[in-house]
Amino acid sequence: MKKIWSLPAGLKLTDYRKTMSTGQSTQAIIPQVGERLLIPLVQHSGDKPHLEVTVGQYVNKGQVLAKPQSRISAGVHASTSGTIIAIEPHLIAHSSGLPDLCVVLEADGLDNWGSTRLPALDYQHTEISTLVQRVRDCGVVGLGGAVFPTDVKLNVRQPVPTLILNGAECEPYITCDDRLMREQAEEIIAGAQIILHMVQSNSCLIGIEDNKPEAITVMQQTLTATNDPRIEIVTIPTIYPSGGKKQITYILTGKEVPSSGRSSDAGAMCVNVGTARAVYRAVNLGEPLINRYVTVSGEAIKQAGNFEVPFGLPMQRLIDAAQGATIPNPLLTMGGSMMPLPLASTAIPVVKATNCILIRPQPTPERVMPCIRCGRCAEVCPVSLLPQQMYWHARAKEFDQVEKYHVFDCIECGCCSYVCPSHIPLVDYYRFAKDEINNQRDMRQKAEIARERHEFRQERLDRAQREKAEKLAKHKTALKDKEASGESTPEQDAKKAAIQAALERAKAKKAQQAQTETSTSDANSASTEGKA
Amino acid sequence: MNPHYSVAQVMQQVLLALIPAIVVMLWFFGWGVLTNLVITTFFAVVLEALMLQLRKRPLLPFLTDYSAILTACLLALALPPFAPWWLMAVGMIFAIVIAKHLYGGLGYNPFNPAMIAYAALLVSFPLEMTIWPNAVGGFGSVDLGTTLAKVLGSGVANWDAYTHATALDSVKIGLSLHQSTPQVMQGESVGLLGSQGWEWINLAYLIGGGWMLYKRVITWHIPVAMLAGLMVLASTFWLLNTNQYPSPLFHLLSGATMLGAFFIATDPVTASTTPVGKLVFGFSIGALVYVIRTWGGYPDAVAFAVLIMNMAVPLIDTYTQPRVYGRKRTL
Repeated sequence: MKKIWSLPAGLKLTDYRKTMSTGQSTQAIIPQVGERLLIPLVQHSGDKPHLEVTVGQYVNKGQVLAKPQSRISAGVHASTSGTIIAIEPHLIAHSSGLPDLCVVLEADGLDNWGSTRLPALDYQHTEISTLVQRVRDCGVVGLGGAVFPTDVKLNVRQPVPTLILNGAECEPYITCDDRLMREQAEEIIAGAQIILHMVQSNSCLIGIEDNKPEAITVMQQTLTATNDPRIEIVTIPTIYPSGGKKQITYILTGKEVPSSGRSSDAGAMCVNVGTARAVYRAVNLGEPLINRYVTVSGEAIKQAGNFEVPFGLPMQRLIDAAQGATIPNPLLTMGGSMMPLPLASTAIPVVKATNCILIRPQPTPERVMPCIRCGRCAEVCPVSLLPQQMYWHARAKEFDQVEKYHVFDCIECGCCSYVCPSHIPLVDYYRFAKDEINNQRDMRQKAEIARERHEFRQERLDRAQREKAEKLAKHKTALKDKEASGESTPEQDAKKAAIQAALERAKAKKAQQAQTETSTSDANSASTEGKA
Repeated sequence: MNPHYSVAQVMQQVLLALIPAIVVMLWFFGWGVLTNLVITTFFAVVLEALMLQLRKRPLLPFLTDYSAILTACLLALALPPFAPWWLMAVGMIFAIVIAKHLYGGLGYNPFNPAMIAYAALLVSFPLEMTIWPNAVGGFGSVDLGTTLAKVLGSGVANWDAYTHATALDSVKIGLSLHQSTPQVMQGESVGLLGSQGWEWINLAYLIGGGWMLYKRVITWHIPVAMLAGLMVLASTFWLLNTNQYPSPLFHLLSGATMLGAFFIATDPVTASTTPVGKLVFGFSIGALVYVIRTWGGYPDAVAFAVLIMNMAVPLIDTYTQPRVYGRKRTL
């Protein structure tokens, strides 16, 4: 048995509410004729990709809609075949609640790949850089929630000692990775092998929480059949948030990712099982990432379950696929119940980050009481922060103090808010504090730049003035010196002589001119008189 | 499993955990315990409502959070049974008005309200605060009529007949008269394990404390550290000179030791909140209890020890921050 480490804290819940959606196998949803998909251009963390299509254009399934231009960016592909009828802003699943640019694709119902699939690659006989490029071409991003471009992650400078495949799925309600491991174990393990090759590692640990015995069994069987001694499946205790990247790294390796560092600093790389499958499909099948497993669950949905959903499909379609809500006006959120993202509308599309949508009754609002400093929040914090102190300082807007209590190490898992007997939305305070600190930092930076510019300009003006003054002073002293000495240089003499000569010439000319003028004027006056 | 309590549920659990001790105290002292509880609770609710009204806070959510009632019950159990009504009224004014609401109400008070009240009363009315009834058992020897007469202040002739010095008192006096510990322990107020009756009351608080630990209302850190602090000092001195210092067991099971360890020092609002800080906080209280009991002017010391350490909480919390994931320990 592999040794595992236990988190300093976390939440143990009596009911993870997973059984309601693990019953049946995953159902693939194929867009029907005339159905409209809203495919957002930014479904990843990073820069906006460059749009490659125009309105009115027909696209095949898997065709590139937008290409990454900068390093940390990801492409977007058509999730089905059809015609692009608009490119316009729509509401998307984002905490800001603001609309963002989407490609509106009207499906033709054929779900036709055409010839858009890229050629299959044999990873063992392909340059790693080519594999990285393939992952990038296929728009693969982390499907665990962070949606960070996978090609950037897999493009390592030095070999990674341990690859971690994250199948913990610690959040209540969510079962998409559970179902994925039960149904796509071969592809996940094949993906793990490709990634092992790409990051030049020879050890892969697949961490799965012990509340998913079926997934563990299937994965283990598949692994045994694959017979790859580099890969090991590790059962870890069910505790929230063991599926956090930093948390599972610690559980499986006993090493901590440094506060300001990356996973690789702990000698490990953490990849979600869904991402591993996407890498497999990109490399071996040449298919871009255009769909994913999504859990539809909650107390107010008729038939909870998992669905393989093309990106861009409106949430309403998923709700319908789960036979609809059981109550009017339910609460619609994305993600698990610990870190839910409220969705304002059922027209919001499924994106790469959508692991779960929950349809639950609207909660009865609980009265927020004053903090009684009980410290339960600190007891459950998996990062060992002091949530209460951060709360008091955030409330008082003492942001430098909040930062001193390491607010930026907060992973916003929501354990503290969950146990708070006063029902204080603690995580909201930390998000607020982080935003404020970042804003202040930006402002300071801008002010700094402005100050530098101003000082530079001032310096430039001062210098110009100083130089002018110096020149003038030099001139004056030179003049004074000259006057004082009364001497003149030969050069000056020559100049003087020249000036003198010129003056004399001018005088002579003038005199001559005056003479001729008198004679002509006489003649003129004579003629005038004649006329008169 | 992590419980999902509300503030009111936390307070309810603590009140529930007081039941064993209340029952045992009723057995030993009788009606006087009940009058203490009823009268302090009455004043607590009235004063809480009054202060909420004055501070323009909503009445219902704060009256139903049970925090004022808990403060009242803790003070009621710390006071000598059969305490006069006015003593309790003054006590609750100190607790609810001064120690709680003048500092900003629930969650904002730096000092434990019940202990502020206790200390204020002890300093102001030493006579009333140190007369303890005999722990006779059988639900006391005073009938309800006499109890009400005593409590409502019409006076009871020969009240002295019902009262007794507590073991902590008699030990303190005995030792100050240069009697040896074994001699002092022969005194009638000294019981089987600690003070007469008090050993059972302390054990009842211990049971209540165990319940709160089981229900995860409190963590083990503060009570264990406080008892350890008391034990370490008591054992050291006892081993140095068994004739001059009572045994650690006597200290553990006398006076307000267990009440303090499980119900007073663990008050979330005024205690330290970091894991290491809780240990420092609890241990210091235990040590201070021993110091004040042994060399101080008062026979018991829980209130003063807790209040002193309440003052140190911000300092303790600052210097006992846990190491954050991915960071080196900073101090």
